[in-house]
Amino acid sequence: MGMTMTQKILAAHAGLESVEAGQLIEADLDLVLGNDITSPVAIKEMDKMKVSGVFDKDKIALVPDHFVPNKDIKSAEHCKCVREFAYRNEITNYFEVGEMGIEHALLPEKGLTVAGDVIIGADSHTCTYGALGAFSTGVGSTDMAAGMATGKAWFKVPSAIRFNLVGKPSEWVSGKDVILHIIGMIGVDGALYKSMEFVGEGIKNLTMDDRFTIANMAIEAGGKNGIFPVDELAAAYMKEHSAREFKVYEADADAVYDEEYTIDLSALRPTVAFPHLPENTKTIDEITEDIRIDQVVIGSCTNGRLDDLRTAARVLKDRHVAKGMRCIIIPATQAIYMQAMEEGLLKIFLQAGAVVSTPTCGPCLGGYMGILAEGERCVSTTNRNFVGRMGHVKSEIYLASPAVAAASAVTGKISCPCRL
Amino acid sequence: MKAHGTVFKYGDNVDTDVIIPARYLNSSEPAELASHCMEDLDAEFIKKVKKGDIIVADKNFGCGSSREHAPIAIKAAGVGCVIAETFARIFYRNSINIGLPIVECAEAAKGIEAGDEVEVDFDSGLITNVTKGITYQGQAFPEFMQRIIRAEGLVNYINNK
Repeated sequence: MGMTMTQKILAAHAGLESVEAGQLIEADLDLVLGNDITSPVAIKEMDKMKVSGVFDKDKIALVPDHFVPNKDIKSAEHCKCVREFAYRNEITNYFEVGEMGIEHALLPEKGLTVAGDVIIGADSHTCTYGALGAFSTGVGSTDMAAGMATGKAWFKVPSAIRFNLVGKPSEWVSGKDVILHIIGMIGVDGALYKSMEFVGEGIKNLTMDDRFTIANMAIEAGGKNGIFPVDELAAAYMKEHSAREFKVYEADADAVYDEEYTIDLSALRPTVAFPHLPENTKTIDEITEDIRIDQVVIGSCTNGRLDDLRTAARVLKDRHVAKGMRCIIIPATQAIYMQAMEEGLLKIFLQAGAVVSTPTCGPCLGGYMGILAEGERCVSTTNRNFVGRMGHVKSEIYLASPAVAAASAVTGKISCPCRL
Repeated sequence: MKAHGTVFKYGDNVDTDVIIPARYLNSSEPAELASHCMEDLDAEFIKKVKKGDIIVADKNFGCGSSREHAPIAIKAAGVGCVIAETFARIFYRNSINIGLPIVECAEAAKGIEAGDEVEVDFDSGLITNVTKGITYQGQAFPEFMQRIIRAEGLVNYINNK
């Protein structure tokens, strides 16, 4: 029986000729990732293990990004715990404030994730690296601890859903709209325990940043991982960012899929997920009422990359955010921040009345840097709009692309940039 | 091994943000996390829950963030077992890894109501609704996961290997 991309990567890392869906395997890991929230728990668990240290100091990435720069004393203690562990174990890829970024934007940029890898991260959006043709998936802290100690993790080999992308997205339609459309179609558990494989000629019309956004939100459909085939664009990205050799795995022609969908990218419209689930989607044309908003957030591991900031700047140039609106823009890494500065994007944001922050996950998970009060509404380019996610349990989050978020900041209500 | 207690009943897609909101994730102390468990979904939960009580929910329980703090909070709150139609995959892994008993059973999730007295036998997967006198057969774990569960979590499992 043929194998999917994911199954081939897993088989190779388990030392097996072939695997099939449902099989339990133990796979070698190319990278183990943790952040400032999940790593302290992992470090505590690792201390209980009868091991002398980490399996490979070069194959662990520790990225404090959720509550840094430290938002309070307890967060500072967590970061200190991670920092001391990193120094004690001589972890090569520990990224301090000043060099860090939001983990899932940072690691590909640093060349730490390449095609053919098996990567686990104690963060649910670890599935992002599938954009490069890697198998990567989110786990908890104990799995992270076991991964750091042994270099291995157990997996149940997933079955897959194939999404055949065709056509070219129209103006103002981005990767965010593609993935919100898919989640709206299959639901927040539509891909539970499964791989989401994104294939088809339409992929050539998606930038790498679009693909990172799409793979990033596979978890919002319950997926184990999201994965793209490696084309010239992805290969060029990896050659630019990484000195590592990468290995391309292609699905067999007779690979079996649980379901297959064809999505015409040219037919998609800017899409918004209404409270309180990412599956509650409406296209911008279906939103007929005025939905007044108080805050806009443009950033996160989903949409804090350069394409996202360029799009936001295109909308905000020579415009101003609405009176009373708080527009918070967060470049995802130091390099993106620097490039945005050099391109003049930051000036456009500041002139428009937005604020620009150092990289942090902060507001996305209701940590800090943009918490909502009772009854407030936010249009956010982040990934979850659960109850209380960004603050008060009676606040509301509308998930959208950077284009829609920026346009909404200007008008004060959910808006399409096409109608500004 | 068995759990026996009173049921707290919830619906679809109970996410880890409502199980333990991120504003409390500057701590990783189980007791402190437990004191805020389910707070944004059911403020009464932590006041009423007793040791051994059981959470029953519909599909996709534990969706969202990978925070292990979610099953840790539930376990530290005294919950003896979570029964759901389905679990989100990271929550499922985390529960096994930290030794929080969970059982997938669609019929039990539908049939059991809040306040029912329920007993779960983890060895057989048998779920008994004592209040209503109905039994359900929950899905048994694969042998590999049973070994982790018997070791009371992944850390012990690895230490024992």
